[in-house]
Amino acid sequence: MRETLGLTGPKKGCDLGQCGACTVLVDGRRITSCLTFALMHGGREVTTIEGLGGDPEGDLHPVQQAFVDHDAFQCGFCTPGQIMSAVALLAEGHAGDDDEIREWMSGNLCRCAAYPNIVAAITAAAGR
Amino acid sequence: MAALTKPKNLQDVAAPGRDGVGASPLRPDGILKVKGDFAYSSDLWHEDMLWGMALRSPHARARILSVDVSAALAQPGVYAVLTHEDIPGSKFYGLEIRDQPVLAIDEVRFHGEPIVIVAADHPETARRAIAKIVVEYDVLPSIGPVEALDPERYGYVHAPADYKAHAFGNIVHSQHIHHGDGDSAEVRALADVIVRGEYEVGMQDQAFLGPESGLAVPAEDGGIDLYIATQWLHVDRQQMCPVLGLPPEKVRLTLAGVGGAFGGREDISMQVHACLLAQHTGKPVKIVYNREESFFGHVHRHPATMVFEHGATRDGRLVFVKAEIVLDGGAYASTSPAVVGNAASLGIGPYVIPHAAVDATAVYTNNPPCGAMRGFGAVQMCFGYETQMDRLAAELGLDPVELRRMNAMEQGSVLPTGQVVDAPAPVAELLRRVKEMPLPEVENWRTADGPDVRELPGGLSNTTHGEGVVRGIGYAVGIKNVGFSEGFDDYSTARVRLEVIGGAPVALVHTAMAEVGQGGITVHAQIVRTELGVDQVTMAPADTRVGSAGSTSASRQTYMTGGAVKQAAEAVRAVVLARGRDRYGWAPAFAAGLRLAGGKALTAAGEVVADLVDLLGDEPVDETTEFRHRPTEAFDKVTGQGFGHVQYTFCAHRAVVDVDVELGLVKVIELAAAQDVGKAINPLAVVGQIHGGSTQGLGLAVMEEIIVRDGKVRNPSFTDYLIPTILDTPPMPVDVLELADAHAPYGLRGAGEAPTLSSTPAIVAAIRAATGLPLNRVPVRPEHLTGT
Ligand code: FES
Ligand code: FES
Repeated sequence: MRETLGLTGPKKGCDLGQCGACTVLVDGRRITSCLTFALMHGGREVTTIEGLGGDPEGDLHPVQQAFVDHDAFQCGFCTPGQIMSAVALLAEGHAGDDDEIREWMSGNLCRCAAYPNIVAAITAAAGR
Repeated sequence: MAALTKPKNLQDVAAPGRDGVGASPLRPDGILKVKGDFAYSSDLWHEDMLWGMALRSPHARARILSVDVSAALAQPGVYAVLTHEDIPGSKFYGLEIRDQPVLAIDEVRFHGEPIVIVAADHPETARRAIAKIVVEYDVLPSIGPVEALDPERYGYVHAPADYKAHAFGNIVHSQHIHHGDGDSAEVRALADVIVRGEYEVGMQDQAFLGPESGLAVPAEDGGIDLYIATQWLHVDRQQMCPVLGLPPEKVRLTLAGVGGAFGGREDISMQVHACLLAQHTGKPVKIVYNREESFFGHVHRHPATMVFEHGATRDGRLVFVKAEIVLDGGAYASTSPAVVGNAASLGIGPYVIPHAAVDATAVYTNNPPCGAMRGFGAVQMCFGYETQMDRLAAELGLDPVELRRMNAMEQGSVLPTGQVVDAPAPVAELLRRVKEMPLPEVENWRTADGPDVRELPGGLSNTTHGEGVVRGIGYAVGIKNVGFSEGFDDYSTARVRLEVIGGAPVALVHTAMAEVGQGGITVHAQIVRTELGVDQVTMAPADTRVGSAGSTSASRQTYMTGGAVKQAAEAVRAVVLARGRDRYGWAPAFAAGLRLAGGKALTAAGEVVADLVDLLGDEPVDETTEFRHRPTEAFDKVTGQGFGHVQYTFCAHRAVVDVDVELGLVKVIELAAAQDVGKAINPLAVVGQIHGGSTQGLGLAVMEEIIVRDGKVRNPSFTDYLIPTILDTPPMPVDVLELADAHAPYGLRGAGEAPTLSSTPAIVAAIRAATGLPLNRVPVRPEHLTGT
């Protein structure tokens, strides 16, 4: 994906399923893309961070906008993965309260520890 | 060779905005980052690029008997296989002492030391080639920090002829501080109680999420262009030029996107390897470490052993401190000398103590090299002296916060180095503020429907429903220096250009500052808006075409490069206003009294006297300046006296924990902080720094450690080296104080590191309060709490 298609939005933070930086959606479900082969997902819809806003030049997805507005990152390396995870979490209906958000975001590491702002951004995107 | 272009994906970060100093505008690189369009060093790409990779030592200490690369060279797709013999220039590099071989020569000194580098057309090809290299070793017993101090018996990490450091045994650097009468018999007699403790801090890793990576592109002039994630472009170059045998103008560095740093990119890692391979093959070479290699590829925080003695009077006045510190520097010096300077000079904490004797030493060992990590020598000490303060309070029957406040330093206090603190030092006030914050609810896990396990130690593992869970509260405060110390010529360079584009004034800022996530470029734009009264500020990519900005470390960039940008903007403003003298016949004194705001020149009273666009005309103003802080001086070798640090920064924490005392599981319920930042140039970014530093301190308190046994690293992965997740990270209320330091731009105080110090001892104090255990070592693990 990163090398052949040039989609470098999903990051390699560990290549072993431990950090979540490579999170993408497969038919709307989040997976760590470093642990899978494209071949295994023939015929499925894969969404990377690049595909989130629809048109690459267009507006930001509401979750992307919330991350910008709440300064939910510092270096930003974990951010594409955090956002993909957050989009799925919202679709799954797991943004009931802060504890639930934390629980369902716990597969995405952020070494800069922008965690409080990530919770705030997701809460805002959930319209709470 | 075809003309080589800038690698794909390297963007210029540019964005307009309105907000000046004291506001919290959005990051100029924020949109790119949330869209996945921001090009990190690992995202760079070039047609025909090769992939570089290193063969690393599996042993901590061994003689290299032979290296056979023939099978690797014969493999199709392999373009180069290089050993130290292929290096055109110097074979060593190093930040403070050039003692580290670019590729091992006859001997390896730590587990993971690079020996051979390979360039191939695909990472898999490179990996297979590496596997075909045959190295014969004669494995030797590794030297640890205890053995290092007895070289007669255990030997030397470096051979006698190698480095001047050998003359001092295995000692990289030592610093003694003698204050008052030290710990003489007379001084000891003045103390009613003396508390002694031995403490240990394990090896912490920066664990930035974006691995070491970069792309080296050979240029037509025989030079190299390197696109790289680093903390300090110019000193990377300074270390690389002698190795490559090239003059500085032929080694050009441009900052690529940096996925966090925290000190781990202060030393070079793959930079010089990528350049050597590019030089050798005439092709662009990309190197990206994987996570395991990243653990081997950068320096770590020094593990420390510390022995403290604190003497006090019955009523709680500190009389003396004695401290003996040994830091494990690992195989090469890196920044060990400066870490030792910090440990010694900041080693008694933010307290006024009439007598002190502190000894800090870093030793060479066969463990992984240690160097810079957020908090740089002050973190380890803070765990030691704050634990001592708690023990002393218990011994005296005093409240631990009260004991700290009684002995807290303040403006005008004299440090053990003899330096008088000439800026606000609100240590007692910060402690008061964290103490008075409302406490989180007790037994917050109880709900009408029974216990909410998510709020309990062990969380969803469902290990307790409240049985055996005990709450504890702990406090700590720390002191950190800002900027480079001990007489180092610390400066930063900034270029600011102002011109009319499309009918509006636009400023360009060009520095070599590494934006690593701290928000430096946001702050630069704010400063320029404030000083020049323009909306639109563009950032040129950070590179070596402009002078050095110094490192993004030591909490120094807002002070130093922020200061340089302010100074350059002031120079631009002076030129712009001087044009008004020619154009409108302003008297020099009148012009000098004007300011720029909202695209106009105004008098102090706010009367508009000219449009900035008219003043500028079609001739841009372009100014470059170097900014320096007040000079510091080296500490005296014998007494440790001297004006060593330019600024101090303070943070206090209160930690609230619940501990499952049966299983040894800890949940940090809340981690409150109060910090003085002098002036919050960007309040949102300041809070982000305090959250980040506090959380890394939490990691050191209860989870993070590189386990090294006989020199071998046992846990180089995120499965075995745990860093705090969002579940481990509690609510972190932050109280920011702004007491200006008159010596600094806008009165600001460096903010990034101080929260990393006191977070660790506050959490451990809270665990001690819950368990009654001594806990003299961090990280605290479940087995330390259950005794199993
Ligand atoms: S790269 Fe870390 S989980 Fe995939
Ligand atoms: S923003 Fe740096 S890792 Fe999350």
